[in-house]
Amino acid sequence: MTAAAGAMTASAPAATLTVSDAATGARELRLAGRLDAYSIAGVWHDALAALAAAPGRAIVIDASGVDYCDGAGIAMLIDVLRQPRTANAPVSLSGLRPEFQALLDQFDPVAMQAPVEPPHVTRINVIAEIGRAAAITGRDIRAQVAFIGETTTALWSAAKHPARVRWKDVWYTCEQVGVNALPIVALISFLLGIILAFQAAVPMRQFGAELFVADLVGLSILRELGPLMTAILLAGRSGAAFAAEIGTMKVNEELNALTTMGLDPVRFLVVTRIIAALLMMPLLTLFSDLIGILGGALTMLTFNIPIASFLHEVDSLVDVKDLLAGMAKAPVFAVLIAGVGCLRGLQTQTGASAVGISATRAVVSSIVLLVVVDGIYAFVYYLLDI
Amino acid sequence: MPADPIITVEHLTAGYEGNVLMQALNFSVHRGEVFVILGGSGSGKSTLLKQMIGLYQPMGGSIRIEGDDIVTAEGAARRAILNKIGVMYQSGALFGSMTLLENVRLPLEEYTALDGAAMDLIARMKLQLVGLEAFCGHMPAEISGGMQKRAAIARAMALDPMILFLDEPSAGLDPITSAELDQLILRLAKSLRITFVVVTHELASIYTIADRVIMLDKRTKGIIAEGDPKVLRDTSDNPWVRRFFRREVAAEAA
Repeated sequence: MTAAAGAMTASAPAATLTVSDAATGARELRLAGRLDAYSIAGVWHDALAALAAAPGRAIVIDASGVDYCDGAGIAMLIDVLRQPRTANAPVSLSGLRPEFQALLDQFDPVAMQAPVEPPHVTRINVIAEIGRAAAITGRDIRAQVAFIGETTTALWSAAKHPARVRWKDVWYTCEQVGVNALPIVALISFLLGIILAFQAAVPMRQFGAELFVADLVGLSILRELGPLMTAILLAGRSGAAFAAEIGTMKVNEELNALTTMGLDPVRFLVVTRIIAALLMMPLLTLFSDLIGILGGALTMLTFNIPIASFLHEVDSLVDVKDLLAGMAKAPVFAVLIAGVGCLRGLQTQTGASAVGISATRAVVSSIVLLVVVDGIYAFVYYLLDI
Repeated sequence: MPADPIITVEHLTAGYEGNVLMQALNFSVHRGEVFVILGGSGSGKSTLLKQMIGLYQPMGGSIRIEGDDIVTAEGAARRAILNKIGVMYQSGALFGSMTLLENVRLPLEEYTALDGAAMDLIARMKLQLVGLEAFCGHMPAEISGGMQKRAAIARAMALDPMILFLDEPSAGLDPITSAELDQLILRLAKSLRITFVVVTHELASIYTIADRVIMLDKRTKGIIAEGDPKVLRDTSDNPWVRRFFRREVAAEAA
């Protein structure tokens, strides 16, 4: 960057400083050339050093050789003039052109000696901070409970009056959440199936049990990994998008506009997104299951197990019950992701970084909740012996 | 004041994707004057400003700042042109995560080799020029809209540009604050001999600050009036221009 600045000032005569001793016993500082922000750094430094080197002598600055002086040049002169000196060693300035002198006269060097008001640093009181954090958490929990209540009411009223739902928005969101997610879900599920089958097949081959890889892949994908990976992808793609969209609307006061029009942002923005996620999540999960098993089957081809045998093995041990156990998670995950995304969007504060913070919070909270809920599912399935 | 063009715009054509907003504009801004760009809503005032500061690429024509074309300049040449100008955006566009002093210091840190204390002093003097020295340590969110605009002017002046561009300085300000900002512009123009290019449609402000105005028109996609605003108000032979300055609605709409 300074290279560009240097190139720019190359044509102008640079600032120079000559120090000499006048016959009167004063030290004379002769400034000349162009004093501007780009060329002044060295001169500024030298001038202060010359002052410091002659603490007991009068200093006379001769600025008659200055052809140009901008705000930075004036600042340098102020800086030199404001240095604290004893009464018998004053600093005086002469020869500055009247137009530059007028700029200098706008400032008072003595007033500039006072330090700048420091940015108000509030000292952190540990107990107060703990209290504040607790209060914020409390408010957050209350907001979440209120949001769950509002959303449930809005969803219930949408179920009673389906005609009042903004279906155009729902279909649009379905495209964003569902159709546009197909490539990434396919890629991740396919790779997951391949990795799972490969990692399992290598040790199982030692026991001649490669065929049972089919059961391992089928069970783990259908019951666990298909729904969970799809949900995590959805949280990263759509949960973050919901938070950012609604957050931007909040920053632009679009939410206030809805409220003053008497339209409930929850019905208008949250319900459509939750319905879209509810419709798309089971389809995406099913898609992910199929692609994952396909990945596993293709991997096992390299271990000399034909696709037909693989599928037959899956069919013999894996039950429809297992498929349903996985699919049952999809709607709950969908509501969770869409709800958290919308809530974080609605909670957006003001400022340039607010939308980013909301999107981050949406993804983090959804993934934490997804894992917790998945654990609860595992426990309940164990109790019910599913 | 003898005409000494600091910005020369020639045959400028601009717009968005096939929608031409202005066609073959020719005008120049003279050194040391306060030059105001006027026009109704949608006439492309702000677009023109953004062409002049190099943010938007025009469809054709040239914009020369002290003889160097900002449209075609690249790299160090472009940087050199940009160092001659400062811009105050409509909302102030101060960086919300920095104090006012740090906002003004930023260009100095990036473009000069000065040491910290020197940069602090320059930044402080700029803030003093706009009357905000007492607020050096404040964050932009802690000061009012008018103060934010003044701080944005201080930041635009950090590297002592020759030309300051102001986008709607009085938008969203009360009449007193807006008048104070006008006085600040006049004071800076006079004492620092900065050339101002201002986009506004605040009539009171135009009469106070403008040495010369141009008025853009949506229908003809060109300049329909150029000169001293008071003279235009009284003598323009274009009825639309006279109405603009007198705040009259069109006869058929009245």
